[in-house]
Amino acid sequence: MSFLHRHKGLTPYLLLLPGIAWLAVFFLVPLGFLGYQSLESGSFESGYTFTWSFSNYWDAITTYDEQLLRSFLYAGIATILALAVSYPLVYWIAFRGGRWKNLFLILIVAPLFVTYLVRTLAWLNILADEGPVVSAFQAIGLVAEDGRLLATGIAVVAGITYNFLPFMALPLYVSLEQIDARLLEAAEDLYASKRQAFLRVTLPLSAPGIVAGTLLTFIPAAGDFINAQLLGTPRQSMVGNVIQSKFLELIDYPAAAALSFILMALILAALLVYARIVGTERLTG
Amino acid sequence: MTTRITRRQLVQRGAAGVTMLSLPGLLAACGGGGGGGDGGEVADVLRFSNWPLYIDFDETTKKRPTLDEFTKQTGIEVRYYEDINDNASYFGKIQGPLSQGRGIDRDIVVLTDSTRFPALMISKGWAEELDKDKIPNIANLVDAQASPPFDPDRKYSLPWQSGMTGVAWNEEVTGPVTSIQQLLEDPKLKGKVTLLTELADTVGLVMLSNGDDPAQVSDESFDRALATVQKAVDSGQVRRFTGNDYAQPLTKGDIAAAIAWSGDVVQLLPANPKLKWAIPEKGAMIWTDNMLIPTDGSVPTASTYMNFVYDPKIAAQIAAYVNFTSPVTGAREEMVKIDPEIADNTLIFPTDEMLSDLHQFDSEALQNEDYIQKWQTILGA
Repeated sequence: MSFLHRHKGLTPYLLLLPGIAWLAVFFLVPLGFLGYQSLESGSFESGYTFTWSFSNYWDAITTYDEQLLRSFLYAGIATILALAVSYPLVYWIAFRGGRWKNLFLILIVAPLFVTYLVRTLAWLNILADEGPVVSAFQAIGLVAEDGRLLATGIAVVAGITYNFLPFMALPLYVSLEQIDARLLEAAEDLYASKRQAFLRVTLPLSAPGIVAGTLLTFIPAAGDFINAQLLGTPRQSMVGNVIQSKFLELIDYPAAAALSFILMALILAALLVYARIVGTERLTG
Repeated sequence: MTTRITRRQLVQRGAAGVTMLSLPGLLAACGGGGGGGDGGEVADVLRFSNWPLYIDFDETTKKRPTLDEFTKQTGIEVRYYEDINDNASYFGKIQGPLSQGRGIDRDIVVLTDSTRFPALMISKGWAEELDKDKIPNIANLVDAQASPPFDPDRKYSLPWQSGMTGVAWNEEVTGPVTSIQQLLEDPKLKGKVTLLTELADTVGLVMLSNGDDPAQVSDESFDRALATVQKAVDSGQVRRFTGNDYAQPLTKGDIAAAIAWSGDVVQLLPANPKLKWAIPEKGAMIWTDNMLIPTDGSVPTASTYMNFVYDPKIAAQIAAYVNFTSPVTGAREEMVKIDPEIADNTLIFPTDEMLSDLHQFDSEALQNEDYIQKWQTILGA
């Protein structure tokens, strides 16, 4: 007690200690190990040795540029779709949900109670060739008579959007729910139209939720491989599929590690650009 | 019985559960446990890792009769783990401790010889030698399995079950699909065909179709097979590559025909009589799941168990449940007593004529990283 009394400034750091230790042991050390591995060369048969093999990175980028690009494209589209779908949805829940709010929220979260994999497999049924969705789309001409949705990019993006929707919806809901209704009344008192009130009050106030939601959706989506594997074909494979194949099938740890780092770096770069555009204070919401 | 899923249907689930960056150096296996490979004493407990739904199981008592029988006979208790969903994922999990010379708290693991992994276990020195003095029943091993290329003297491994890879089709959607060429080229099947992601299965069948020998792979014959597959992918004939997730779309008719495992079809048949499976014109592939004793596993305990399952009576009991091909001679004769209908099922007990149409994939080629890379590229990775 006397020690802490004399060094009051230390208390916050002592409180931080468990968190820092956790991050160090379970994030930084593995990350360092991964970095080390990504610079190794050799084969699994003969063993890997550390050789500062930076060419692993170059090889990975040049060989898998297509899959990297596709990952960001699919994740980007899925993020935008998830935002477009969930914004009106949670807006309605937050402002019109009344006493059913919690029920609606549970309905949004409920799919998360089911295993990720099973949720994705369910889309095999939903989008089946003879299933209701394809039939309906064929009836209105969105899908050709002999066309299909499964094993196309559409199915993969749809799967990703669906799987990560709750991660978009929840932060959005939190930020919309917190908006003081009196601010909207004030806007109307000041002769703002409904549209103006939304654009000038609601939307800016919900920005932290949009930012948090897009991050929570985009980052895991970019590294996802299950949707591409189950709902796509080789032509839809994403960088996560490549890493999985390198890691498990080829047992090529250096290449898998290098690709993981590249993916991490690209996501980080994308975040920096995003932060620049929307402003850092909103990132921290 | 009819709604039962096969072990390979769990493959995808396994893939999802694998932590991509499970760092071998940091992930220590849980220590302790029974067994241990120190010395020649039989342990009290056998720790056995197998694929899901790959041993007899009594739905009413929720027990595994042959395992109980083993305990009754030997006093050895069995800790049975259904934790192998996929060769590559499982190997990825166990290779960390094994590469550091540590055990994995298992006395028996089961890996498929149409992948590189059983051979890797042996070449890396991660498999213990069997104690054949404790396995007199090894005499019941079928001749065809006595000398596989990856373990010519069966020093380290014994087959658990085998299965065939051929062509399955849905009769409601298409007529018989009798050859790989038809599967890959018939315009009526366009976009309604799936192939297997496992290299040996798909490339093996295509090599047979090309008139090449999958047991003697050369660079030319391999590239020829890949070109054939690539062409079928580019033309849109092939919809996807699958683990055993072909089963559902095939029964529903989204897929008309697929490269498929015999055992899966046996299990799907009762509910879906419209499913057909056949050995294609130029022959089919055979694969075998092998029991191996990983480093530090108890050799005497594991060997005692292997001897037990090579008793034809026990083998028949297991085969009656799992619907794959038993490597034990005499199992069919015992099966006649248990269930004559199963004994007559050629997908479980293939005829000699069928057996002569079955081919094994070149085990050296399975280790060729260049081949694996080329194949993964076709799979989109």
